[in-house]
Amino acid sequence: MQQMIRICKKELKDYFISPIAYIVISIFLLVTGWFFFTTFFYYNQADLRNFFDLLPITFSFLIPAITMRLFSEELNVGSYEMLATLPVTFTDILFGKFLAGVLFVAAALIPTLAYPICISFMGQIDWGPVTGGYIGAVLLGSAFVAVGLFASSLTRNQIIAFIVGMVICFTLALIDKMLLFFPRSMLGVIGYLGADYHFKNIAKGIVDSRDIIYFFSVVFIGLYSTHLVMQEKN
Amino acid sequence: MIHVENLTKYYNDFCAVDQINFNIKKGEILGLLGPNGAGKTTTLRMLTGYFMPTSGTIRVKDYLLDEHLIEIKKMMGYLPESAPLYHSMLVYDYLDYVAGIRGMDKGQRISRIRQLVDLCGLDDIMHRSINELSKGLNQRVGLAHAMMTDPEILILDEPTSGLDPNQIAEIRDIIRKIGKEKTVILSTHILSEVEATCNRVVIINKGKIVADDVTENLKQAAGQKYFIHLALLNAEFKDVQEQLGAIEGVRAVEKTPGAQGSDLGIRLECESAADLRETIYQTIKQTSWILIEFQQETKTLETVFRELTKED
Repeated sequence: MQQMIRICKKELKDYFISPIAYIVISIFLLVTGWFFFTTFFYYNQADLRNFFDLLPITFSFLIPAITMRLFSEELNVGSYEMLATLPVTFTDILFGKFLAGVLFVAAALIPTLAYPICISFMGQIDWGPVTGGYIGAVLLGSAFVAVGLFASSLTRNQIIAFIVGMVICFTLALIDKMLLFFPRSMLGVIGYLGADYHFKNIAKGIVDSRDIIYFFSVVFIGLYSTHLVMQEKN
Repeated sequence: MIHVENLTKYYNDFCAVDQINFNIKKGEILGLLGPNGAGKTTTLRMLTGYFMPTSGTIRVKDYLLDEHLIEIKKMMGYLPESAPLYHSMLVYDYLDYVAGIRGMDKGQRISRIRQLVDLCGLDDIMHRSINELSKGLNQRVGLAHAMMTDPEILILDEPTSGLDPNQIAEIRDIIRKIGKEKTVILSTHILSEVEATCNRVVIINKGKIVADDVTENLKQAAGQKYFIHLALLNAEFKDVQEQLGAIEGVRAVEKTPGAQGSDLGIRLECESAADLRETIYQTIKQTSWILIEFQQETKTLETVFRELTKED
């Protein structure tokens, strides 16, 4: 546990002493801010729906970009060997890195709290969907971090890790928009696989156990696959 | 201290380490010697628990490696080949991080890091970023990493590779200093390193142990025979073989490529009991051969090593 926290702290510190954190967060805020506020005033509605609708897509780019280095870089430099031979278990390493990724996503979301606060001055805001949206965003972020970690464990090359992670996240985010291409009998299953669908449910303010279980399953599958990949390497 | 039994490691179909057995006693400095690709690094990686062996057991003290990995890791300090450290960190931050992961509290960390700074000579570089360090300094930080908790067992994979002669001497000094109280295993392909630092040598070739003995014994074994190189003009190999082979103490006469085109290169394998140089010279004097080179090969660990790891 203590080791896990140390690893997590170290990874977070790595993000914030290098320019990566600031660049990624700035881009995230610019993109979401732009798309949100350009259309916000047309609707004349005091809610964050536009912001949350776009989140699965922006996260598909953003999260693989921050998780790509977590294992790839260590495997490439070889420092993973030094880390793994310290008295830590693989679970410590895995959860340390996972937690660092999730905290980073949370850190990127915090500045966006300015949106609902601003809006609350302009009109009557319903805090239910906003709270739900943020809970959903953290869950969605965690799921994508787990996927990104898995992609990062596959290769020593960070760019490949980024692309693989992005493709998987993108598929999860968009699959329920592509239902058109699947046979009718599979629609239910494939619709259920879409991260976007579950995220939207939560962002409506309805915290349903099915959606929470979905995100936890993705996290579990992502982390467990990472475990298998890393074990296979040794 | 460490008992290794029938340790085997396959990478797919390739057998990197094949059924090796050895024991290491407390307070020994063991040199793992072998040509490149012999399985040294793989063996060390299995000893540290980084690689899982395909079969075989490793026992450290009374612990079985696959059951008590964490306890064993706590007793061990490991420096992988070329010391891959986190590039973006400062030396101090890195050592502090390692100390933290090893479960030391703030006070212990500071005093231990201070000791290591003196031991490994890191005074001037504590505030520098690891990616700015030269290879030798990087290696020293790696050594400090390995010795963080003053471990009972220290495993070093090619600790002096890529260093300049001064740095090599420094690192060897450090190893000898530590080796007085600790068990040290180091791998290398540099023979003089083994002679200078280790009290026992295990030579591996193609994943098998071909020699395992105290350094002194191995050197003596090497001393049981020696070689004399000759280069002759105006001589036929058949005659040379006949005449020199007849000398008592000469075990074998071999033809080697001569220095120039026209001369005949000869290698004599001699028993070490007698100095045969005079007899050989007298024999040659009585023939019409012209002696242009006469050289005795010095007997070192190198001879043993080359013979044991020779390609068939």
